[in-house]
Amino acid sequence: MSLRRIPWAALVFVAALFVPALGTRYYTFLANDVLIWALFATSLNLLVGYTGLVSFGHAAYFGIGAYTTGILMKKAGVSFLLAFPAAGLLAALFALVFGFFCVRLTRIYFAMLTLAFAQIVWAVCFKWNEVTGGEQGMPEIPYPDFGWIDRVAAFVPVLGGYRTAEQFYFLTLVLVAVCLLILRRIVGSPFGRMLATIRENPERAEFIGVNVRRYELAAFVLAGAFAGLAGGLFGIFNRGVFPDFAYWTKSSEVLIMTLLGGMGAFFGPALGAAVLIWLNQQIVSYTEYWPLVLGTILVVLLFVFPGGIAGALALLLRRSRRGVARA
Amino acid sequence: MTARPSPHHFVPDLSFVFAQSLSGLTAAMFLFLIASGLSLIFGVLRVLNFAHGTFYMLGAYAAYQIVQWLGTGPVSFWLSALGAALGVALLGGIVERLLFQRLYGKEELYQLLFTYALVLILGDAAKLIWGTQQKSLSRPPGLSGAVTMLGATIPYYNLFIILLGPAIALGFWFALQRTRAGRLIRAAALDRETLGALGVNVNALYTGVFVLGSFLGGLGGALITPMRAIVPGMDTDVIVEAFVVVVIGGLGSFWGTFLGALIYGQVLSFGILFFPRFSIFSIFALMAAVLIVRPWGLLGRPLR
Repeated sequence: MSLRRIPWAALVFVAALFVPALGTRYYTFLANDVLIWALFATSLNLLVGYTGLVSFGHAAYFGIGAYTTGILMKKAGVSFLLAFPAAGLLAALFALVFGFFCVRLTRIYFAMLTLAFAQIVWAVCFKWNEVTGGEQGMPEIPYPDFGWIDRVAAFVPVLGGYRTAEQFYFLTLVLVAVCLLILRRIVGSPFGRMLATIRENPERAEFIGVNVRRYELAAFVLAGAFAGLAGGLFGIFNRGVFPDFAYWTKSSEVLIMTLLGGMGAFFGPALGAAVLIWLNQQIVSYTEYWPLVLGTILVVLLFVFPGGIAGALALLLRRSRRGVARA
Repeated sequence: MTARPSPHHFVPDLSFVFAQSLSGLTAAMFLFLIASGLSLIFGVLRVLNFAHGTFYMLGAYAAYQIVQWLGTGPVSFWLSALGAALGVALLGGIVERLLFQRLYGKEELYQLLFTYALVLILGDAAKLIWGTQQKSLSRPPGLSGAVTMLGATIPYYNLFIILLGPAIALGFWFALQRTRAGRLIRAAALDRETLGALGVNVNALYTGVFVLGSFLGGLGGALITPMRAIVPGMDTDVIVEAFVVVVIGGLGSFWGTFLGALIYGQVLSFGILFFPRFSIFSIFALMAAVLIVRPWGLLGRPLR
């Protein structure tokens, strides 16, 4: 059986279901972190990898989503059922306004304007004490109400006996899986194909009658929406929302994840998120100089494996197959 | 305006406005020093160097280190500033020659991320060497006093910086207009392929520009030590400020950078005075507005 025929995504999903039961509390925590960043990085890849738009301010939408869910749940007592989609909606709205201006610019100017907008979001979160808690952020975001799980567990005993953090992990797993499924459908659709055309040759796309800006804006809004959903989950997971969620270094962190995993493959960024978070927790137990390690990884990536892990794996697979064919 | 005191609108007196605008001017000249290097590198190499803020931070640490070695003599501050700037310039040259040169012609994303990798690596290296305790230097002897002008107390050192900025700007402008290297730099900014075809060693020119840009960044960092604490993290803050300055003035435009720095300094120092909550916000809003209306900046030229 060819390696390609194995339904990897489904296997990973099923395996992830067993993390709380088989692993320690710490592994569940890590897996939860990976899931959220996987969604964040995949949303960015819709822009960078599929449409060819290098955004340096993607953290803005992550931050907006985190604050939306956080404020709604903590201050307004709104249920997660509403506060979660609201994160995606508000982030999409901001992405629509910001993106409207950004897609008019090309290359380096596009990157600069996304950065400027993200810094505006950061500055507002940093200073608007009454709403965002300002510099101190907003700690103690409540978990969603999981009472219904206990009621269901009365009939289905498998579901019972989990701690709140683990219940939230399952919720994250399902929501991220659904989001990734939707994103997968999007990039496989004719719309997604058109984004790839625009990335490869925007002039040509324009020439055959495609409204390039409108497509780019649509990609920008979608990417923003999913980043917002990831942010909404992250605020709860992190037990607090802070202005540095939207700071420019966050945007470069998620770019590094995307690059590390590989922008050419749909699950590349998710893989990058998993590897980077795992590496981080391995390395911080030895040394506090994680940025030094991360920077070195990045340099090696840029010079040796510009296709990221997914690109390197694909290359390896192709070589081995050629070797088999020859033998 | 009436002199009637009101709780909502206070009318600042002249000396206060004067002091505030001079403090804005001082900040502007520092930013000009740093941003001019960034703008120079962008103008010729077409690369936004995130590591420029890190070069600035290294300049500050190096100046501190050299003063530790030399002791506090009458000229040790100046020697350390010069030595720090030269050291950072050397580092810039090595990085450009060994690594950066291989990324020319590749996608912008790779170049941007490479400069960000430098931010991570060099920032941590600085932490390894100098720790996380904040450091500071005192003002050089001879400039440690202050003068009273229009009722405001202005340190001599600030005046020195305010004069140094335009001096460097004029010197630079003269060099760009009148020297052979300056002509080559201007030519490379316009059309590097043609310049290479004419037999100019473009690679050496790039290295030279990177060294010069790094020198300016390092010098800015070294000279700011008497006014601001040297701490880890000063790099990621300043680089965004420098981006704002070069974007407002026009990426790659020399006088644009000067104008951008002036605007930034005044907006910030008066913004803090009147709308303390919105001063950072207004800076980035200004940057976004310029990019929307005139992406190539106030004094820049559209890229082809």
